Amino acid sequence: MTRTVRIGLFSAAAVVLAILLCWTAVDLPDFGNYRGPYGGLLNHVAPAERHVTEVVTATVFDYRGFDTLGEELILFTAVAGVVLLLEQGERGERPEPSESIGSDAVRVLGALAVGAAVLVGLWLTAFGYVTPGGGFQGGVAIASGIVLLWVATSLRVWGPFGSDSILDPLEGVGAGGYIVIGLAALASGLPFLTNLFGPGRYGTLQSGGSIPFLNWAAALEVTAALLILFSKFLEEYVVPLAAGDER
Amino acid sequence: MSVLPYLVAAWICLVGLYGIVTSRHLVHLALCLTITQSSTYVLLLAIGYVKGGGPPIFKGVKLGTTAVDPVVQALTLTDIVVSVAVLALILALALDVHERAGTMDPDEIAELKG
Repeated sequence: MTRTVRIGLFSAAAVVLAILLCWTAVDLPDFGNYRGPYGGLLNHVAPAERHVTEVVTATVFDYRGFDTLGEELILFTAVAGVVLLLEQGERGERPEPSESIGSDAVRVLGALAVGAAVLVGLWLTAFGYVTPGGGFQGGVAIASGIVLLWVATSLRVWGPFGSDSILDPLEGVGAGGYIVIGLAALASGLPFLTNLFGPGRYGTLQSGGSIPFLNWAAALEVTAALLILFSKFLEEYVVPLAAGDER
Repeated sequence: MSVLPYLVAAWICLVGLYGIVTSRHLVHLALCLTITQSSTYVLLLAIGYVKGGGPPIFKGVKLGTTAVDPVVQALTLTDIVVSVAVLALILALALDVHERAGTMDPDEIAELKG
């Protein structure tokens, strides 16, 4: 199929799709008038039952906790897939990576940004069920902070943070910990992933029962998964590319 | 204009699809797929909006205050995580294709395969 034919076919199909989408949009409840019972119910029930003030996190790690387990496993599987894909190719000799970062400004600002990003990530995770945040968002921020180490310093400093022997167990503990918390409920005679502990004090870090534990497990999983992804792309693509440029 | 947010979602979806169909580079194609997917974020969040509602976060806010639907926000979060995971996989595949075919243009790859 040539490019022209393909674009022509797409244009025709897109017009039909656009008409269908517009038709659907007109029949949807008016913007702002949707009254799905589930969301409104959770807004009332979650703070009362779990004493958490962030209902989105309560939804993610409690009322839809099983869904989130699936989400974590998707991430886990995708990372495994990326590692398999990137590591299978024979890429010949690994060139020795260069270490030089010319700019002092990059080094100073980068070092500051590393601390700031990791701190923000820890804060987002820790208070994820009190104020806006949560394990997923926090994990992304922490991982970005650690990745900045490579930008601001050198591959040598970044090295241990990207090593399989550290990240693989951490990712396993994150994903497995989530399942273990779910199984703990099963062991005590309740359905899988039932919130085990008391609600605690309203709107504080000691609230939510098992939500904080699931929250931290997710943060660990996301941090490790993103660092593995980054270190694989770095090893297999960026470093050889940079070495190629220097030659 | 109470259907405008839904139409925005539809538009983002179509624009993303257009990008995929006309793409000349696999990385560009992967990003267009992500754009198509992001139309679902807009749709989900638009559906969950309640007129005059605040965020579903009640720290320092009286309980029972009108708030938007937290469920669609949780779904959007799931959606984003899945999107990132899939994007990483696609980019790894693109890297593999580049090594085997020596090109990132989907049309040229199709020509090589005949």
